[in-house]
Amino acid sequence: MSALLEVDGVTVTLPVAGMQQPVLRDISFTLGQGEALGLVGESGSGKSMTARAIGRLLPPGAQCEGRISFDGDDVLAFDRNALRRYRTNGVAMIFQDPRASINPVRRVGDFLTEALCTNGGLKQDVANDRAADLLDAVGIDDPRRRMRQYPHQLSGGMLQRVMIAAALLIDPRLILADEPTTALDVTTQAEVMAILDTLRRERGVSMLFITHDLELAAAVCDRTAVMYAGSLVEEQRSLNLDSDPLHPYTAALVQARPDITFTHDRLLAIPGRPLSAFEAPAGCAFGPRCPHSEPACAEAVPPLLTVDTGRSRCRRLPQLRGTMGQKSAEWL
Amino acid sequence: MTLGRFLLGRLIALVVTLLLASLAVYGALYLAPGTPISFLTRGRTVTPEELAAIKARYFLDEGFLSQYGHWIAGVLHGDFGTSIIGKAPVLSLLGGRALNTFMLVAFASIIILVIGLTVGITAGLKRGWLDRTLMVGATGAMAIPAFVAAIVLVLIFAVNLRWFPVFGAGDSLSDRLYHLVLPGVALALASVAYVARLTRAAVRTEADSDHVQTAVSRGLPRGAVISRHVLRNAMIPIVTVAGLTIGSLIAGAVVIEQVFQLNGLGSYLVQAVGQKDFPVVQAIVLILVAVFIVLNTVVDVLYAVLDPRISAGRQAA
Repeated sequence: MSALLEVDGVTVTLPVAGMQQPVLRDISFTLGQGEALGLVGESGSGKSMTARAIGRLLPPGAQCEGRISFDGDDVLAFDRNALRRYRTNGVAMIFQDPRASINPVRRVGDFLTEALCTNGGLKQDVANDRAADLLDAVGIDDPRRRMRQYPHQLSGGMLQRVMIAAALLIDPRLILADEPTTALDVTTQAEVMAILDTLRRERGVSMLFITHDLELAAAVCDRTAVMYAGSLVEEQRSLNLDSDPLHPYTAALVQARPDITFTHDRLLAIPGRPLSAFEAPAGCAFGPRCPHSEPACAEAVPPLLTVDTGRSRCRRLPQLRGTMGQKSAEWL
Repeated sequence: MTLGRFLLGRLIALVVTLLLASLAVYGALYLAPGTPISFLTRGRTVTPEELAAIKARYFLDEGFLSQYGHWIAGVLHGDFGTSIIGKAPVLSLLGGRALNTFMLVAFASIIILVIGLTVGITAGLKRGWLDRTLMVGATGAMAIPAFVAAIVLVLIFAVNLRWFPVFGAGDSLSDRLYHLVLPGVALALASVAYVARLTRAAVRTEADSDHVQTAVSRGLPRGAVISRHVLRNAMIPIVTVAGLTIGSLIAGAVVIEQVFQLNGLGSYLVQAVGQKDFPVVQAIVLILVAVFIVLNTVVDVLYAVLDPRISAGRQAA
């Protein structure tokens, strides 16, 4: 089966102070039909930029190299019409903050049906019926009344459900979900996530799920990719991230996470601070913060190694494999 | 339902503000140097009989509030009193002049809305040299006071090029409009620039906002994104500022009418103040203040119509 989405060697640069600075370096991954891929990493590691590159929503002045193919078509080469078709029923985006991402002065119903009526040429009442059905499916009571209301009359959790419904309404083949639950409280987060996950699976929609939350990514995604300083450092089955991390950065992230079964005096933190892609040193970007780095790590950017369960950008992986997963005994 | 209550509230506020403003306008007379008697007698020595007649006519023996009461009751019946200088009902003296001022302000408003919005929207949507050029021009124009603009325009277009008349109001409608070109442009210039800059800022803010990005990500045509999301939302601050700017033109018209010898309310006000013709001063100031307050209320109401978050209140689930 060929993949629905193929991202191959994508490098993005943005103009900063008159210079094109890299924000993404050589990103490659694939996503099959109906599959979900988690994209995790610290703020500024390039997760959102990756989704924007796929949705062709990069800021003005950005330059994107490499190849992104969607169902065999070259996304970066789309002209205006092809791009509209791609957005009309190919890809839908769910953004982090529903309150900012939904026009506050238009009714919820207008927001939901706008794409259907404008792009899909549906009649308003047909679109209204479909929107109401989907609102019902995402767990909103009395959908007709909600559709007549304005966004400020709905809670954050409800608005994010509206956003999810709007994304699903166009019957997309791929959803790009950019931290869809970050702006919500924890209980609402779980509900909204469950709804998104269920509806996505039912409809066989693929999803690129961006989050800070390793566990959430593992819960809803088959595979998880970890980003650091604009590079993809590791990608493998979500289930193995904890027990068998393939990159020292992932191992450090896993260890830095609080664990509800133990009481820690102090949480483990990764020394140093996260770097932007354009600050990254020559060689391995994580090198300066890595407990396992050696002089050779700083010489050249390590290639993406393919191993049995996934891919990693650590050149020492063969020696380190199996030793990075355990938490240091002194903290137990 | 909530919009109705909002409108009722605005209406009550409007009436209260108008009453307070009228009190201030009437009271201002007593803050001016000299007594009402000295205004009315114009410094002449008058016989005690004449003095008593004047006092009786203007209720000067009664308290301030009572005097105000007589005046405002007259105003509400359309009687602004009699001009001390013109010896005629104030209202009859104002009619034609009010029309001149109205035409000037309306002409300037149209210039402000058409050119200000066009320039602002163009600059807001097109990034690059056009945007920068327009905004540099607007910043320059904003710094030019109306009286300077008026004199420079007269010098270039009336005296040197002889395209437009130097002063006067004109006779027929087309002649009047022709006479209004230079005064209208002079009055509008700084406001055009201000509205253009604000429009650009509002359009740019909306164009860069998250909800517009959402609209783009849904593959809506550019025209729909601009009209339904960028301009629709940018209208909210634009209406506010454009409305208040037009209100402030009423004050700016005083200067322009003087420069161009347009016989309007503004120049009449200056003349009446000089002659201490206080019934006329009170009437004109009250009219100008009332127009300004009514315009403000219209802006408030429009704001609520444009932005559902203002009037709908809290009904969150």
